Amino acid sequence: MATLRVELVAADQAVWTGEAKMVVAKTVEGEIGLLPGHEPMLAILGAGEVRITLEDGNVIKANAEDGFLSVENNVVAVVARHAALI
Amino acid sequence: MGAQLRVYRQKIKSAQTTKKITRAMELISASRINKAQQRVAASTPYSRAVTRAVSAVATFSNVDHPLTTEPARIDRAAVVIFTSDRGLAGAFSSNVLKEAEQLTNLLKEQGKEVVYYLVGRKSVAYFGFRRRSFVQSWIGGSDLPQFDTAKEIADAVVAAFNTDYKDGGVDEIHLVSNRFISMIAQVPEVVRLLPLEIVEGVEAPADSQVYPLYEFEPDVTKVLDALLPVYIESRIYNAMLQSAASEHAARQKAMKSATDNADKLIKNYTRLSNAARQSEITQQISEIVGGADALSTAGNQD
Repeated sequence: MATLRVELVAADQAVWTGEAKMVVAKTVEGEIGLLPGHEPMLAILGAGEVRITLEDGNVIKANAEDGFLSVENNVVAVVARHAALI
Repeated sequence: MGAQLRVYRQKIKSAQTTKKITRAMELISASRINKAQQRVAASTPYSRAVTRAVSAVATFSNVDHPLTTEPARIDRAAVVIFTSDRGLAGAFSSNVLKEAEQLTNLLKEQGKEVVYYLVGRKSVAYFGFRRRSFVQSWIGGSDLPQFDTAKEIADAVVAAFNTDYKDGGVDEIHLVSNRFISMIAQVPEVVRLLPLEIVEGVEAPADSQVYPLYEFEPDVTKVLDALLPVYIESRIYNAMLQSAASEHAARQKAMKSATDNADKLIKNYTRLSNAARQSEITQQISEIVGGADALSTAGNQD
């Protein structure tokens, strides 16, 4: 099955990059879950938690605020001024 | 000690003290270049992601947004100049200022008014000395730029951009800064920030390709509103980091040649002082010999 390539970047560094099964993030409209094959999207990020589910089922959590989220060709970029893993 | 000799010794000592300072500055800069380069590298993923997103929106949607559309006429342009806070970095700051002057001439030829935003104490001093006005300046921290400063600058220029010409707003924003190419090459560079010139990073889609339909949340205008300031910020932050890395590299190079010059001076003056000492000794010997000669002839006559 296809996987998502996730890039979680803050203004001054790349926080986390890797392959994942699912990404859950919070936009200004509410929580959104992204699976492989999602349509291209650009959304404004709300303050909150980003959960990245890896292929082996482990979950990586990070705080991200003040930024945006883009999805394109199974590449998910969470781009925030401030972001940190929890 | 002869007067000549004393002068040379003094000069040697002063060259040695200077050399100590320049050598220390060289070493400090050398150790900071690495860190500055790492900071440039660390911020690259962010600016790449932002740039990709911006070009995606600009390419894949045909929304009219003030930040992306070229205004019908451009009456006033803002120039943001990035220099260093401190000197002793060779032509680092003056290169940028020269580039900025050229840009100013060009813009004025096109009939545009030019206003300035200055970053770094050197540019402020340059403008102050020539009694030229500028809108705003940021000093301090040019060798270790913070993201918050970049955000402040971005807020200021975007605010000016969003203001009408009549109320003192600008229609165009240029950045002038040093780009770090290698340890020995830093090149001053002009980038037009706004209105956007699209944009490196994303390959333009071929005509035959079907554009992916982007979904925007909440909607296109709001996303662009939020995205473009972020883009401006990241470009400005990147320019500041590049400029900081260049500053350290330029300072290292300048201080290296200053140290070399001090070495050369010390060597020359040491030679000269040795010669002076030797001639003094020779003179003393000949005086003694002459004196002894005179004494012995005087003794013989008695």
